[in-house]
Amino acid sequence: MNKENKHTISILVENKTGVLQRVSGLFTRRDFNINNITVGKTAEPGLSRITITTYGDNRTLEQIIKQLNKLIEVIKVREMKPEQTIRRQLALLKIHAPTEQDKSEIIQYTNIFRGHIIDVTPKTITIEISGKPDNINALMDLLRPYGIKETAKTGITAITRGQKTL
Amino acid sequence: MTKNNQHTISILVENKPGVLQRVSGLFTRRDFNINNITVGKTAEPGLSRITITTYGDNRTLEQIIKQLNKLIEVIKVREMKPEQTIRRQLALLKIHAPTEQDKSEIIQYTNIFRGHIIDVTPKTITIEITGNPDKINALMDLLKPYGIKETAKTGITAITRGQKTL
Amino acid sequence: MNGSDALLKKLKENGTDVVFGYPGGVLLPLYDSLYDCDIKHILVRHEQAAAHAADGYARVSGKTGVCIATSGPGATNLVTGIATAQMDSSPVVALTGQVGTPIIGTDAFQEVDTISITMPITKANFQPRQSKDLPEIIDASYKIASTGRKGVVVVDLPKDVLEAEITEDDMTRVLQLEGYKPTTKANIKQIKKAAKIIQESKKPVILAGGGVILSDASDELFEFAKLANIAVATSLMGKGSIPEDHELSLGLLGMHGLESTNNTVTDCDCLIAIGCRFSDRTTGKVSEFAPNATKIHIDIDPAEIGKNVPIDVPIVGDAKITLQTLIEEYRTDNINWTSEVVEKRKAYVPKMNFNTMPLKPQEVIKEIMEAITPTTIVSTDVGQNQMWMAHYYKTKNPRTFLSSGGLGTMGYGLPAAIGAQVAKPEENVLAICGDGGFQMVSQELATIHEYDLPIVTCILNNRYLGMVAQWQVLYYENRISQTKLAPTPDFVKLAESYGVTGVRVEKPGELKETIQNALKQREATVIDITIDPEELLPMVPPGEKITKIVGEYKVEE
Repeated sequence: MNKENKHTISILVENKTGVLQRVSGLFTRRDFNINNITVGKTAEPGLSRITITTYGDNRTLEQIIKQLNKLIEVIKVREMKPEQTIRRQLALLKIHAPTEQDKSEIIQYTNIFRGHIIDVTPKTITIEISGKPDNINALMDLLRPYGIKETAKTGITAITRGQKTL
Repeated sequence: MTKNNQHTISILVENKPGVLQRVSGLFTRRDFNINNITVGKTAEPGLSRITITTYGDNRTLEQIIKQLNKLIEVIKVREMKPEQTIRRQLALLKIHAPTEQDKSEIIQYTNIFRGHIIDVTPKTITIEITGNPDKINALMDLLKPYGIKETAKTGITAITRGQKTL
Repeated sequence: MNGSDALLKKLKENGTDVVFGYPGGVLLPLYDSLYDCDIKHILVRHEQAAAHAADGYARVSGKTGVCIATSGPGATNLVTGIATAQMDSSPVVALTGQVGTPIIGTDAFQEVDTISITMPITKANFQPRQSKDLPEIIDASYKIASTGRKGVVVVDLPKDVLEAEITEDDMTRVLQLEGYKPTTKANIKQIKKAAKIIQESKKPVILAGGGVILSDASDELFEFAKLANIAVATSLMGKGSIPEDHELSLGLLGMHGLESTNNTVTDCDCLIAIGCRFSDRTTGKVSEFAPNATKIHIDIDPAEIGKNVPIDVPIVGDAKITLQTLIEEYRTDNINWTSEVVEKRKAYVPKMNFNTMPLKPQEVIKEIMEAITPTTIVSTDVGQNQMWMAHYYKTKNPRTFLSSGGLGTMGYGLPAAIGAQVAKPEENVLAICGDGGFQMVSQELATIHEYDLPIVTCILNNRYLGMVAQWQVLYYENRISQTKLAPTPDFVKLAESYGVTGVRVEKPGELKETIQNALKQREATVIDITIDPEELLPMVPPGEKITKIVGEYKVEE
């Protein structure tokens, strides 16, 4: 049995109906839970990039990647090695903040993490934070005692360090 | 025939293998292309939020939402009305910048858009930019002439303005 | 206790005492547990029949039907039956074998991705990857299949999950279904609003669908129809929701419906649709379907409301509960229009007596009706035989008319009759097939013989794939392309080779007597009825409004 590892997979696909269903189906079949997925258009018209983070053993993942490569709509697949990859995520968090004291503390934390306040109501503050996934989780841990009323995270997107491209 | 509109749909789901395949399958069947999708865990363990942006006619979309509600793993579905919604996206862009002149211009644009430089090589600059999707597209338009070598966007995530939660 | 033992125990706990299946490699542990279990297993001769039989069992009994097939080809053979049951909202739990979890996804012997294949044709599907999850998944599957809008749940069972040990604790855990909360009790305001609109309308009519039968709401429907004095048209799936010999019954609506019924629904100013989904076969051209009617739609599935036809008053709820409330809320009964509608309906007396050879299908159906009782269960196949039955046959009771409505699956009739007979061993069961559909499942005569099921199979034999040929005649300039099914086998000899009585019927009068004899003897019988291939049922061309009927109905002079 191989060790369970965290993986980031970047897939360049033709932006066609059904491609996401096909891609996610290959993960389902091997019982790989997709922790995060994000699909965004690329600069080139008609192409999208799917970035998936998942846990699982290396050998099975290798198989999934090979199967992904066989899909007609898939142009390129690459597993992103952690040391060569910049990973980023964005989160919108609505925090319970009924008092001035709460608000001022939350704003302070947000500033430390270089987040932005994007909405304030008498009872809530909504913040935007982006960065490495660990960073976001660290801020969420700090804010949890106040009550996180709603979380809207993007998936994790990733790009290679240096000059190389996918 | 009803008009084709852009829609943002937020879906709260149980984080189980196959849920993304089921969700995307409903869009495929009605030939709705998913422009953007992003899946992120929520603060509550076991729950994820899927945010989808799609184009299509309102009646068909209403059908898709009803079908989504029928999926066992789906806890809540809501179409996010533009005026009540804050939408955010993150993009990583690797730009061709072989000269000092290129580099300095790109850095300037990035600063104007409140982006961050996250990697520099002799031939490239990689930047991180967050904001609403229009803002990201505007920066990309400015950078296109230099040559965008790689784009890694997250999907668009969305949260309601004010105190309400999904 | 291993996974297989736990599975069977859970089936029993959920009220199952009979299953339909066909074993295979990965199911060896399950069939070994079945060896000393008191659940009855009906061994079919092809997996598709197992699914249809479980479906037929469910439709007749109202209980959840269970079918079993092995991995790979077993599961793919089940697919047609699964889709058939799902389309008609029949509660079925389909158990499929799967290769062991360590080799899933390796293209192992007899492996297919059953979960992905069945995703769009099931209400839900599950694949327990650990044996401890198996018991709660089985409970959840029954719950999902049999509540809300009923349907099919597939449980894909890896071999090692069937073999692993299960503890008592595992047996009592409950799977939380956060996202599954079907609405059964409708909004009272909507019901009051509907009652008011109906009371104020001049020309109301009811359209009853399969949902009325699925929720056992036939008594309530009949009561409401009589109370409000409103006539009832039905979809194919709604046949049996109201006694069709009662004057308030208008019979079948739609492509092969009665002309008077199609006209009535088109004329009405208020349409009360209950448990139906406005299939294209029922509505014809949607923009001209009941164009002047305020449309009230009662359905348990909110996704059906407004899907095909725009609705003025949506009511999401169970048909039975909703009708009970509607009856309480309803006051007046001065609908004069209904007597007019009833008179028009009565004026259509189809000509059923044909003293001719080859036999006319109308004569065949007349003799069938004369030979049976109101509680006899009939199971039709798909095609002309089905539409003749739908049009001419008068169903008296709910759950006595089985037909593949949504998917239109040839080969449904005979195996569904098997399920029906197993559900109601004392009742008379007839399978009404065409020669084409029968040949798709004729191996099931072995099942009928083995379990001594006294099913009477009537083959309406015209040596054609009749319905497709009919369309070729009407819309493709008579170019009969690949729809002539001659030579057909000698069905009498075929039946006899399976140990089933075979009789050929060619003359008027013979059929009634043959059926009566077979039913009296309680003897499985195949009746090969030579019918006239020239006889066509008038129909509405696809995509046309339902008042535009091509062909002429033969009526009593």
